[in-house]
Amino acid sequence: MNVNVQFTVNGQLQRLSTDPRRTLLDVLREDLGLTGTKCGCGEGQCRACTVLLDGSPVRSCLTEITEVEGRKVESIEGLGRNGRLHPVQEAFIQEGAMQCGYCVPGMIVATVGLLRRNPKPTQTQILDALNGNLCRCCGYGNILKAVQRAVRSVAPAESATSSRTGNPK
Amino acid sequence: MATAKWPAIDKRTLIGKRIDRADGPVKAAGVARYSFDINRPGMLWAKLVVSPHARAELVSIDVSEAASMPGVKATWKDDSLLGKEVQYIGQIVAAVAAETEEIAQEAAGKVKAQYKPLAHQANDRDPTLSKDKPATRNTGNVDEAFAKADVKVEGEYGIPVITHCCLESHGQVAELRNDELHVWPSTQAVSSYADVSISDASGVPRNKIRVDCQYMGGGFGSKFNPGKWGVISSALAKQAGRPVKLMLDRDLELMIAGNRPSAFAKIKVGAMKDGTLTAMETEVWGTAGMGGGVPQQIPYVIDRIPNVRLTAKRIQTNRGPAAAWRAPNHPQSCFLTMSALADTAAALKMDELEFFLKAVQLSARAEVYSEELRIAADLIGYKQKAHLRGDPSGGSVKRGLGMSVHTWGGRGHPSECDVTINPDGSVEAKLGSQDLGTGNRTVIAIVVAETLGLPLEAVRIEIGRNAYPTSGGSGGSTTVGGVSTSSRFAATDALNALFAVVAPKMGVQPDALEANGGYIRQIDKPDNRISWRNACALLGVNSITKRGVNVPGESEKQGFISQGVGGVQMADVSVDIETGVATINEMVAVQDCGMIIDLKTAESQVYGSLIMGVAYALYEEAIYDLKTGRMLNADMEFYRLSGLKDVGKLKVHMMTSKAYDDRGIIGLGEPPVISPGAAIANAVANAVGVRVPHLPLTPDRVIAALQKGGII
Repeated sequence: MNVNVQFTVNGQLQRLSTDPRRTLLDVLREDLGLTGTKCGCGEGQCRACTVLLDGSPVRSCLTEITEVEGRKVESIEGLGRNGRLHPVQEAFIQEGAMQCGYCVPGMIVATVGLLRRNPKPTQTQILDALNGNLCRCCGYGNILKAVQRAVRSVAPAESATSSRTGNPK
Repeated sequence: MATAKWPAIDKRTLIGKRIDRADGPVKAAGVARYSFDINRPGMLWAKLVVSPHARAELVSIDVSEAASMPGVKATWKDDSLLGKEVQYIGQIVAAVAAETEEIAQEAAGKVKAQYKPLAHQANDRDPTLSKDKPATRNTGNVDEAFAKADVKVEGEYGIPVITHCCLESHGQVAELRNDELHVWPSTQAVSSYADVSISDASGVPRNKIRVDCQYMGGGFGSKFNPGKWGVISSALAKQAGRPVKLMLDRDLELMIAGNRPSAFAKIKVGAMKDGTLTAMETEVWGTAGMGGGVPQQIPYVIDRIPNVRLTAKRIQTNRGPAAAWRAPNHPQSCFLTMSALADTAAALKMDELEFFLKAVQLSARAEVYSEELRIAADLIGYKQKAHLRGDPSGGSVKRGLGMSVHTWGGRGHPSECDVTINPDGSVEAKLGSQDLGTGNRTVIAIVVAETLGLPLEAVRIEIGRNAYPTSGGSGGSTTVGGVSTSSRFAATDALNALFAVVAPKMGVQPDALEANGGYIRQIDKPDNRISWRNACALLGVNSITKRGVNVPGESEKQGFISQGVGGVQMADVSVDIETGVATINEMVAVQDCGMIIDLKTAESQVYGSLIMGVAYALYEEAIYDLKTGRMLNADMEFYRLSGLKDVGKLKVHMMTSKAYDDRGIIGLGEPPVISPGAAIANAVANAVGVRVPHLPLTPDRVIAALQKGGII
């Protein structure tokens, strides 16, 4: 028995009728074509599937689609503005913070979520926030550098982004 | 005339520099499409039915109820197993394909398989369980050497089965269209992927199977072949007449898609007071599931000990099958050997660095290892920090240093590449290679752009399809040597063909020309030049395409590639003897890999290896329940990987002097992942004063060793 769900993804309103057993991850990847959000373990243990739900990082593989009713979802595809990547994405590119790259969208989205609630995190706060985002190629050294670079560059841009997304036209 | 020979170090504009990854932007933007991301119109989802028994006779499989469920479009069962044995939990017996993943999951639960359970064997720690005739090796006179040795040091060590745990699991999307089978697998071997197994399953001849893998989420040795999941999804796609996606669920990925064999050993070392090694006797055993063998390169690297005896016993277990895991057999052999050697140094009360400097004289690359040991010692501050075994300082946190040496081959694989220069000046290179995340696209772009005197952005790299010229699978550190050489040859030939067209217009012979900085110019009169774009316009309507072929033996003779590297790693650890928790303060890797194409991605490989090594040294182990034969930690919570917090300080030093560069290219994916387990285990022993004999060095094992050693 399908249910009707309505929510926004990257600022766009989505209405769909779907199997309530499905997760936000499935709907993003299969119905909306947003495959930037990855399925790693499918059981909430690797955080490759991290998206922002009302601005906070969540594991979309554990988020039932009915839970997002009326809420605001942001995925890796929605972070850029005006044709430019988000400063956190730029920082990951500049630091070469990836190998296979499968963990990277989740890592970047988790970083954006961290910087929204804490624009100037200490190293300990960074490690606490991102320790659950697993990278099997083990590119953690450059990932940490990328997050630190993002902390230096992101604060003004991110607050501007927040005010824009806070006032959707 | 351009020659293919690698340019002199001072002439290189891109090769050997720190170049950003070509795939950085698409991966950071989330638009890189991995195999798991492929969604085809009308695509079905497949789910597997697997054996719940570690060993059983498969009596029957009934898929009729599943097949009749609304939304189920195809079923598959392995009739070849009927009346035969299933040999491990997770062995695939049937599958269903349905409109949605949820329906497929529900339908898989309705497949009825009947089994007659049989006695199983899942224990890999007891050598008496080996049923094979042991493999043996004997050099010199071991008994006499032990009789004459000043010290005989005995120890027992073990390194367990670990898994690959690729973040993107194994699997593929399969689609039959216009008599062709299109597959999008997560693979590390696109050119050889379309093998007889999926050809038979789909009824499509191999020359009509199109393989496409643009991005894949890690393989580490476990994704060369289609596997049963590739076969089944191809068969289901044929039966349903619709595309099918089959990706392994995480628990199955951990259980059946690849295991690194375990190795346990009793080792006895004979040495003289001055540290001279005279004898080593080893009994080694372990499991690779029902097949495979046991690592037996012991003594590892220090392989010129004059008197050596080895007995190797394979233990067959009812567990998931083994697969190549970065540097197959080396991490195990390295850990066992280096542990025994460090214990020997400790028994002699000898400084470990001094001992290893002496030991590496009994290796094939004594000079390289000696130099690397000294560099690593400087980088980690050995002189300031070193102490004999057992941190003499008070307090509950003990600190120690450990080291290890390793080796690997890494000769480039056979590879073919087409480089095309178009009349509009655009350039593309095509090859049936793949990028596992190592930076293969970047490497090829660097070589082609360097050869043609162009910026990186001017070159388009097309890989990931078997329609392109055949290139080897990415395993054994063979890719960088293979693709760099084939693309260098192709680009050089294409450039010379362009010179032949341009030379008459410039009033010179083709051999007077070179490509540099976006121009074709006269070598001895650089002002006589023509821009790349104008030069290519002279081609009229015809592109130039040239194929480069890397024949490894030939390229090695000519100095393009080589094989055989040495590396040294040192670890600085702290161990809390009250909690048993070991943490990494710092790791140093000193690595030789011949000529480097991209220093940034090369270093990235070494950093990643160190951290992967921290994981298998401290956390990773496939834990099996002997009573049921079930893997108890087949998820990513209890199959523990390292996280951002576990890294510590890392230092990487690449050996880049001319003598190393002159060897040509040697691959780098495997060597740096070999030593971390040994270096960390030796550092822990150095810190706490006793050997913790089995990896991973979990708190309970550390505490047990401390208790046994009377430390606590």
